[in-house]
Amino acid sequence: MPPNPPAAAVAGLAEAASSEATLRRFLHGLPGIDAVGLESRAASLGTRSIKTSAKAYAIDLAISMIDLTTLEGADTPGKVRSLCAKAMRPDPSDSSAPSTAAICVYPDMVATARTALNGSRVQVAAVATAFPSGRAGLPVKLADTAEAVAAGADEIDMVIDRGAFLSGRYLEVFEMIQAVKAACRRPDGSSAHLKVIFETGELQTYDNVRRASWLAMLAGADFIKTSTGKVAVNATPPVTLVLLEAVRDFREATGVQVGVKPAGGIRTTKDAMKYLVMVNETLGDDWLSPDWFRFGASSLLNDLLMQRQKLTTGRYSGPDYVTVD
Amino acid sequence: MATPKTSTKTGKKTAAAAVEAPRAATSGRKLFEYAPAPESRAAAGEIAGSYGHYINGEFVESTGKETLTTVDPSTEQALAEIAQGTAKDVDRAVAAAREAFTSWSALPGAERGKYLFRIARIIQERSRELAVLESIDNGKPIRETRDFDLPMVAAHFFYYAGWADKLEFAGYGPNPRPVGVAAQVIPWNFPLMMLAWKIAPALATGNTVVLKPAETTPLTALRFAEICRQAGLPRGVVNIVTGDGRTGAALTGHPGVDKVAFTGSTDVGRAIARTLAGSRTKLSLELGGKAANIVFDDAPIDQAVEGIVNGIFFNQGHVCCAGSRLLVQESVHDEVMDALRRRMATLRIGDPLDKNTDVGAINSAAQLARIRELTDAGEAEGAERWSPACELPTTGYWFAPTVFTGVSATHRIAREEIFGPVLSVLTFRTPEEAVAKANNTPYGLSAGVWTEKGSRILWMASRLKAGVVWSNTFNKFDPTSPFGGYKESGYGREGGRHGLEAYLNV
Repeated sequence: MPPNPPAAAVAGLAEAASSEATLRRFLHGLPGIDAVGLESRAASLGTRSIKTSAKAYAIDLAISMIDLTTLEGADTPGKVRSLCAKAMRPDPSDSSAPSTAAICVYPDMVATARTALNGSRVQVAAVATAFPSGRAGLPVKLADTAEAVAAGADEIDMVIDRGAFLSGRYLEVFEMIQAVKAACRRPDGSSAHLKVIFETGELQTYDNVRRASWLAMLAGADFIKTSTGKVAVNATPPVTLVLLEAVRDFREATGVQVGVKPAGGIRTTKDAMKYLVMVNETLGDDWLSPDWFRFGASSLLNDLLMQRQKLTTGRYSGPDYVTVD
Repeated sequence: MATPKTSTKTGKKTAAAAVEAPRAATSGRKLFEYAPAPESRAAAGEIAGSYGHYINGEFVESTGKETLTTVDPSTEQALAEIAQGTAKDVDRAVAAAREAFTSWSALPGAERGKYLFRIARIIQERSRELAVLESIDNGKPIRETRDFDLPMVAAHFFYYAGWADKLEFAGYGPNPRPVGVAAQVIPWNFPLMMLAWKIAPALATGNTVVLKPAETTPLTALRFAEICRQAGLPRGVVNIVTGDGRTGAALTGHPGVDKVAFTGSTDVGRAIARTLAGSRTKLSLELGGKAANIVFDDAPIDQAVEGIVNGIFFNQGHVCCAGSRLLVQESVHDEVMDALRRRMATLRIGDPLDKNTDVGAINSAAQLARIRELTDAGEAEGAERWSPACELPTTGYWFAPTVFTGVSATHRIAREEIFGPVLSVLTFRTPEEAVAKANNTPYGLSAGVWTEKGSRILWMASRLKAGVVWSNTFNKFDPTSPFGGYKESGYGREGGRHGLEAYLNV
């Protein structure tokens, strides 16, 4: 019989990662996930009706949780600067609209973003470790990370080696996360926040997603994140629900709170509401802030702004009343 | 946290309400409070001040003077006066059904199917109206009537419509014949769905019916009568007579009926069986239950907790197959109970018409009294009672979701059907013990098994004496799947191919 998870977690946490075998036993001892039940729970939370004052609260909260993202081969300093301006003041016609949590760029754009965001509270997040595939040697991944941190990144979004994970080399993934975490340290002793991306679309099963979540949290992730946005299947409500349950159980077992970031495919206000309802009813107030929950998104922001304008003015504006970036 | 909404007015969204939002976040309440999202009461259509019966295609006055009042259980406000059907009313209805039977049973199956398909489509078209009306009359949340009851009602008519011209392939021999006039008495917990379960197979097989809805929830059945007219259903094929148990007794004991179908309490079912003993009248009964929901230590815990909640708090626990006994393996008892309490604290209790309400009102004062009596007995017998902190509305019939731990098999709450949002938790150590405890009840309607081990699911399912065994899920229904009980939960099956048998002369 698999062990009783939180209790086993407390007792087994220290040794869980002491060898390939113990780590494997621990991760495979986590309770299973019934896919049908998980999906129906996520779907039923999606039927909540968020209206009027609740909607206004949720829209502003969602805006403040966005990691406004541009991760294109065609990115230029000009494009990044324009995105930074938007992150700081999303709605030029309404200064009461909150700024986004962060902007998310490739490491070579960090310096540009850092300068453009100077003096604002918007964080600079950089994807690193041979994003999005993660197919590079450890030294390359660490150098990628260190360069982004040195250029002024506040947060690092790393990808796990899905190949290693799927072939059962959990300890290798664990040690890589630890190494990247070490590379996030700055000379002054502080550290960039580490978000660990699982690329859940490639892990395929919910059981794998739960194991990856615990693996990353044990290795020291500050945030766990679903996807890169670069594969066919990105964040979905059921996958995100698995992550939410994992951080809830992890805090219960260890006292350590970890953040969650669904990314990719979240485009509408309605989608964002569904995610916030999931956070609210799975984790509650403690996670309802940009410190603990983020959306990795780009087009979501404009839809939130249009809905926000509709709530304040009473009429729909349209895509020409929000900015193209 | 549960947030009761007593206001049922349709608040128009205003910009003013919107800008107040950020302040609400700092007032010490929960950060993310859902604003009221009420469905419109007006969507239920017009509710008449008083109703008669529906006999031979017409709405007619009762031959008696006595009336009953149906109330909105969430507010205790009267909705309408309904007729207390007399023996004479029942006579008229049975005579109308008898007359219609000759031509209805002679119709080709494909023609009967057309009427049923038409009824199914009209139900879909009018589903919002019916859902709101059902919520108002029954007290169940609009989320359930909208997302569960009404889709199931339509699905049932669609499913049996499809059988109407294929009866010779149903396995009951060539050209199976209908029974005749069916007397059908249905309960108040799923008024329209129970109507569908009764009427759809009866009509598909060529019978005509006289149906008596429960006295506390007659409105959707009367609205269904309108739908029969709208569908052009021939006169007398469906007749609806309202009233309480006296009307039901007159109907089920009527010498002119060939078949009685009853869903309700075991006591009434027993009385009907006594009345019909020795007669040629066919009988099917779907009665009470005290289902065991069995959670093994290798279960998918998060989904099991959802299944427990769905099993006992769905429809306020007014479900004959509710998972009212939780049997949890001792080694995971504390973990499961912690998770269950945490989940129960997020249930939203209040206005049934609010789209975010999870648990609505108890259907009647009488049922509320019964739930209180049994839960008081549970406490008196030494079980430990727990409910999440929730404010219940001050008017109407309400009962907070409740869980009893430390329940032993001798307690009344472990043996008697409560038919309310009350869960009794027992423990077991081995699969054998789980089976023995699960089967240790006079009932046998349903059971649930939660384990990730496939072989154990099959091992359990073959030993549990229950008409339905759900594995890693609970309260799942489908028109294609037969439903019915063992022992005191009744006999006969409804739904699926098996459901045809009750209405065929085989």
